[in-house]
Amino acid sequence: MSAIEVKGISKWYGKQKQIAVNSLTFEVKKGEVFGLIGPDGAGKTSLFRILTTLLLPDSGNARVDGLDVVKDFREIRNRIGYMPGRFSLYQDLTVEENLNFFATIFGTSIEENYNLIREIYIQLEPFKERRAGKLSGGMKQKLALCCALIHKPTVLFLDEPTTGVDPVSRKEFWEMLGRLKDQGITIMVSTPYMDEAAKCDRIALIQKGDILAIDTPENIINSFPEKLYRVQTEDTGRMLKILSEYSSGLYAYASGEYVHIAFNDNLISPQEITIVLREHISSEVSPEEIRPNIEDCFIHLLRA
Amino acid sequence: MKQFMAFVKKEFVHVLRDRKTLLILIGMPIMQILLFGFAMSNEIKETKVVIVDQAIDNSSAKLVARIDASEYFDAEIRDLTITDFNIEAAFKKGDLKILLIIPPSFESHILHEGSAQLRIIADASDPNTASLLTTYLTSIIQDFQKDNLSIQTIPYNIEPEVRMIYNPQLLSAHNFVPGVMALVLMLVCVMMTAITIVREKELGTMEVLLVSPYKPALVMISKAVPYLALSWINLITIVLLGVFVMGLPFNGSILLLFVESTLFILTCLTIGIFISNITSSQQVAMLISLMGMMLPTVLLSGFVFPLENMPKLLQWISNVIPARWYYVIVKDIMIKGTGFMDILKETLALLTITAFFFIMSIKKFKQRLA
Amino acid sequence: MNDKVIETDELTKKFGSFTAVDKISFSIEKGEIFGFLGANGAGKTTAMKMLCGLSKPTSGKAKVGGFDVYTQTESIKKNIGYMSQKFSLYEDLNIMENITFYGGIYGLSSKEIKMRGEALVEKLGLKNETKKMVASLPLGWKQKLAFSVAILHEPKIVFLDEPTGGVDPVTRRQFWNLIYEAAQRGITVFLTTHYMDEAEYCDRISIMVDGRIDAIGTPGQLREAFKATNMDEVFYSLARGAKRSE
Repeated sequence: MSAIEVKGISKWYGKQKQIAVNSLTFEVKKGEVFGLIGPDGAGKTSLFRILTTLLLPDSGNARVDGLDVVKDFREIRNRIGYMPGRFSLYQDLTVEENLNFFATIFGTSIEENYNLIREIYIQLEPFKERRAGKLSGGMKQKLALCCALIHKPTVLFLDEPTTGVDPVSRKEFWEMLGRLKDQGITIMVSTPYMDEAAKCDRIALIQKGDILAIDTPENIINSFPEKLYRVQTEDTGRMLKILSEYSSGLYAYASGEYVHIAFNDNLISPQEITIVLREHISSEVSPEEIRPNIEDCFIHLLRA
Repeated sequence: MKQFMAFVKKEFVHVLRDRKTLLILIGMPIMQILLFGFAMSNEIKETKVVIVDQAIDNSSAKLVARIDASEYFDAEIRDLTITDFNIEAAFKKGDLKILLIIPPSFESHILHEGSAQLRIIADASDPNTASLLTTYLTSIIQDFQKDNLSIQTIPYNIEPEVRMIYNPQLLSAHNFVPGVMALVLMLVCVMMTAITIVREKELGTMEVLLVSPYKPALVMISKAVPYLALSWINLITIVLLGVFVMGLPFNGSILLLFVESTLFILTCLTIGIFISNITSSQQVAMLISLMGMMLPTVLLSGFVFPLENMPKLLQWISNVIPARWYYVIVKDIMIKGTGFMDILKETLALLTITAFFFIMSIKKFKQRLA
Repeated sequence: MNDKVIETDELTKKFGSFTAVDKISFSIEKGEIFGFLGANGAGKTTAMKMLCGLSKPTSGKAKVGGFDVYTQTESIKKNIGYMSQKFSLYEDLNIMENITFYGGIYGLSSKEIKMRGEALVEKLGLKNETKKMVASLPLGWKQKLAFSVAILHEPKIVFLDEPTGGVDPVTRRQFWNLIYEAAQRGITVFLTTHYMDEAEYCDRISIMVDGRIDAIGTPGQLREAFKATNMDEVFYSLARGAKRSE
């Protein structure tokens, strides 16, 4: 049995029936870390709310832990953990009070499931008397995770847990998720940061309510249909300008200190571009072939 | 049950940590009572009235005695012929507000000619007070006529209609203490309950609570508990202030007042919960509470403006205002000392309103976000 | 002619006994794209507020656009643009109304507003959408529009607080094209971001740790200095040493 089963789920809003989630079908296996990767407005939050029984789908059906999200919503609410997109703890309660409150509401106590949250809670412990509103972004995130975990859920839903959090805290957060996975908890997580995709077992790239691709990060990268080259540059802006002037439809995007250029065999060749760039920028320029990253794949899918 | 207790405890923490709001909620009834009691009262009590009795006969003496005996006036007899009492100077000094002149041969004029003229002079620089004093004085004189000179032949046996236009209810502690009680309980229960529930929606914590085994309906109820407690505190404060500072009588049963007040509090809490169910921002919840509840409470509960003088439509509307019934209940219990059977109608009205909003709340209640 | 648009010297801000910003000194030149990085709570926001003239420093010196942050905050405000992820445009006003409003605040004449506004919507491809409510625009467009509005009055410096959070990768790059263009016109860009690849697009970056600037330089220099292959590693090795976890 899958942990999450989604069959043709759609959701639209308003009079114009604006599509938020467009007939999605996928499965998440037990014990998997499943990533929903996409920008704001892609439909991630709507999908999360449907699966956490907060919203009714307009069509299709879905099961979480074998239970129907519409009919069995009460039982689902007993079993899952949910961390909404924005910080949703009581700012005027202390760290400890928040945790105690959520533990009691879920009919458990901190002691009962302490082993599950110990590693995270140890970092919070020095601040347990502090009000949640006065914590830094990373700490708030950890507290929210603790609160979502306190009742030992079978499936954990994390809606953009790392948005607005600095890279160090983000890295730590993902390490925690890894350890939770080891404890057998299924995790569905969404993020707008493409670099976090690699940390999931499987990912769905999603945009405007549609799934662009769904697979392991490895397979998604392997399915990049073109050759990808990178060119190092000190002046990204100028290089991009030269490239777009040379060929307006060319796949050329900045990526850190490099510009990534994709070549479809029968159009422009890497050799041709090398000549152009050497002429306009510097004779040192030498594109090298690389493996694409998830962001390249996403951009490529968006262009298609 | 343990969950419920934990929830209620959390709510108390919210209320207690928000010091400013708490201070307002506790201080407000005290402020209102004192404001109404001392600053806004137009009540006339033992005002000095100078009477120039030029008749000095049996009738004039009776009239003077009667004026002096009333709680409104303190009569001071002056004789223009003997002293050099200067009317104009006295008014200018400002300590004289009203003056009554009884003409010579007052009694014989009444008995033999069937008519007598009295002159009232009032300081109209403060027209409200002047007209109020004049009206009061006139009505005392009329009473005097009726009682003592009930001779058929008296031509001025007229009963003028007396209307108090500035302070129609003659706002006194008897009226405003029950009014403030209704107002304060309404404010605390309706507005604060609505706001506190909607705040969870705004914060996003409602999402987490919904995705928990805790029943959403219990969320509402647990959130209302601190306001029930706060309302009881306010209730006790107002009653104590009313009785010991404002000198209000307490003739009825304390227990009955407490039970009826709790019923009214429940009515208000249900309305608060209902408002929170149909709104999703604190601002809107506050506006609805203020416009939809506070305003009608002030205008249509009979505590500021008498209901009897209102158009039929407004009188009819006032029936759905809970404060209108509670106001009567409090007045009846505290001042008249009536028992439960006499306020049965009002109690039933409150129960009906509560049941209505309770059912509406359940109907409008959402197990989900949208 | 001094080409330094921002100059700080031991700029410090204390809240009681807590030192939010601890003697930071740096300078930024005209037309530079400067990335201001740091962990949550490292003091970025406080530092940025001081530079925008919104918060008075406790000690140290700083000049923004040639104006003193203690005494000439009004002049500073006239010469900077500001955009943040959280607040930038009025959702219930349409595109043109937003442009007119911001142009108005910065004292542009209605002729200028009309001219620049038209050029702006033309460039963003929003020419036929000017009557659309901002609320109905996709996030990517909003951000691009907000940035363009923030530089409508051609400020000396534009401050961008996490301008690209949550935006899709293609729009993010289009956004960066706008930044490059602005910089080429001589507008200095001062920005914060949590995307480490964006740090690479900056001319120079600084990394704040516990209120101090622990590293400053071009992305290449920093990578070299920390023997790292990318900015992520540089950031990680610096921020890991942070004591403060507010």
